[in-house]
Amino acid sequence: MAVPTYATPLERIWHYTYLVMCGLILFFLIAPIVVIIPLSFNAEPYFTFTDKMRSFDPEGYSLRWYRSLLTFGMQNPDATGSAFWSDAWANAKWVQAAKNSIIIGFFATLIATGLGTLAALGLSRPEMPLRRAIMATLISPMIVPLIITATGMFFFYSNPCELLGMIGLPTNCGRLAGTYLGVILAHATLGIPFVIITVTATLVGFDQSLNRAAASLGANPRTTFFRVTMPLILPGVISGALFAFVTSFDEVVAVLFIAGPDQQTIPRQMWNGIREQISPAILAVATILVLFSIALLASVELLRRRSERIRGITPH
Amino acid sequence: MANALDPHAAIVTTAAGETDGTLTTADGRPLARALARSQRRAKRRAFLLVLPLLAFILITFVVPIGQMLQRSFYNDGFSANMPQISAWFANNPRGTPPDDAAWTALATDLQASAEERSIGVVGTRINYDVPGTRSLFTSTGRKVRRGLEPPYKETLLAIDEQWQSPQLWSAMRNAATPYTGNFYLAALDRTRADDGSIEQVPERQQVYVMLFMRTFWLSLLITGLTFVLGFPVAHLLATLPMRKSNLLMILVLLPFWTSLLVRTTSWMVLLQQQGVINDLLVWVGVIDNGQRLQMIYNRTGTIIAMTHILLPFMILPLYSVMRTINPSYVRAARSLGATSWTAFRRIYFPQTLPGLGAGALLVFILAVGYYITPALVGGSSGQLISNMIATHMTDTLNWSMAAALAALLLASVLVLYWLYDRLVGIDNLKLG
Repeated sequence: MAVPTYATPLERIWHYTYLVMCGLILFFLIAPIVVIIPLSFNAEPYFTFTDKMRSFDPEGYSLRWYRSLLTFGMQNPDATGSAFWSDAWANAKWVQAAKNSIIIGFFATLIATGLGTLAALGLSRPEMPLRRAIMATLISPMIVPLIITATGMFFFYSNPCELLGMIGLPTNCGRLAGTYLGVILAHATLGIPFVIITVTATLVGFDQSLNRAAASLGANPRTTFFRVTMPLILPGVISGALFAFVTSFDEVVAVLFIAGPDQQTIPRQMWNGIREQISPAILAVATILVLFSIALLASVELLRRRSERIRGITPH
Repeated sequence: MANALDPHAAIVTTAAGETDGTLTTADGRPLARALARSQRRAKRRAFLLVLPLLAFILITFVVPIGQMLQRSFYNDGFSANMPQISAWFANNPRGTPPDDAAWTALATDLQASAEERSIGVVGTRINYDVPGTRSLFTSTGRKVRRGLEPPYKETLLAIDEQWQSPQLWSAMRNAATPYTGNFYLAALDRTRADDGSIEQVPERQQVYVMLFMRTFWLSLLITGLTFVLGFPVAHLLATLPMRKSNLLMILVLLPFWTSLLVRTTSWMVLLQQQGVINDLLVWVGVIDNGQRLQMIYNRTGTIIAMTHILLPFMILPLYSVMRTINPSYVRAARSLGATSWTAFRRIYFPQTLPGLGAGALLVFILAVGYYITPALVGGSSGQLISNMIATHMTDTLNWSMAAALAALLLASVLVLYWLYDRLVGIDNLKLG
């Protein structure tokens, strides 16, 4: 991307202006995420770089906000050794939130990936009837504004059997709102479009004659699926699953509307923290989440490359 | 389908089967029918794979939203609990002054409803239309539960003068049928006058149309900003050598993968009056310490944060289209004498339109429904329509109003979604 030799001086100036502009825009993209990392080590309860931080005085930095993540909600924050850790594990609010996020995310991902992969296999068959309409329906949870989805779920999950009354069945079968199952189902719904998109994209490059070859060599459909199709589309399935997990891990609107006090997740806890009284502890959580997303990004990128390699698509 | 390797055609055509001119399979069935049958089976199989997920989405997503939207035109809070007065309204046209029969019906209903403890629901329904009347119903209910003596009109008026307010009677008439379009009228800042005609609400109560306009206008602005910022970056990424562009791509993908709340939090930290950007400006000397900029808890905050959050959704589709543009077209244009600007405008830019359309529609659709970011950084001037839906859901508890607003928002999003599918195709939606 060098300036061609025939470029006029004006074009050269424009070219360098353009490069500087791109640099600034990329800076705009990344700076807000990077800047919170040093701020989370602030020794003072401020959201800006103190004088001590600017002169790189070690006294300006501390781990107090990371410690406060553990002590918030603990019964005896002054304990030491194993008593401290078992108390934190059992009572610290952020630890409970992390546990909830992981449990809910895990099961939501499981449902979304299982059903989503199956559907993607059907959708990418050329014989699939009503393909376009069904695809549009399955992707819609990603498009419909979250607040609409959440309010719909709020009513439905308070009494999921209300509609059964129309066909004369009992209309009271408990609540899904305020239960783990409710939040898991909601998050599975929100994660499904991502699984569908990534897995169908993988299947576009999938050579159907491989399945025929397996069949002609005597494999039954199940063997064909597990020994031929699955290994080839696995990178797509895993990155779809990662997307679904991130969606659940990051989701707060549905949680606000349908979760009970037992299902506080990390985003919900952050929401409370930001709304009530924002403290640099939020920045400590944010830093941990940024590191987490770096790890996820790296895995998705590796999976994408692997997928391209095993499907014989070389990067262009 | 004549492919011998085709798995669902155990169909071997034989010339010998050609007795009456139709092709048949090896076991003697007509080929056309056998083919149709095997295709039907293939269709059924494909559909069965999709069925579990389709059922799941219908139950956990489509039905709940439909059920919620039903509230926007169906509310039996008044009509179901106040049957007699509702019947009186049905029998007497609008404009009839309440007679003795009406007062009797009202008193009987109030008493019955108070005994069944449904008076709160009734009051809530009327409170939507005439604010402050919920307490009128509940306090009257407490008094009439012990029994009510005729003449009913005088007794009720003795409890509270407000019972003869024409506005209240008009509201009760509107609520007397469970099906109503009034919530949609309200969502468009209209109301039904006492004579039944539709009129605008007083100016200081007009909020919803303004909010819809603001939502669309801000979304358009944000889409424009993401285009202005995204286009050069996508172009740079698409023209750099693979190794370099992959590195820079990380700078686009990392924000994309980072939690929405984290990104919103960082903007709160950066834009605060005591935050990093203001500190920097003061330190450089652009502004005085006394005149720190108010960049958050207002519309500016919403615009900056949402542009940042939605920018990757513009860059990624643009990038994937720009990657496929053959550079020799621009070179050919230059060699034929076009200036670099003409070559860009007439040759390069038109080829990026599919990516631009995809990115712009996606950003706009997502922006119109944003809730979290405006709620946290928007203050009062940066609130969007989603925030109003949330307010009606959690604070005013006017669920029918929330549903009507949601229906209007959903309708506009679905139109855009349909447009996206027509122009771009959902299959071309890509992530990362």
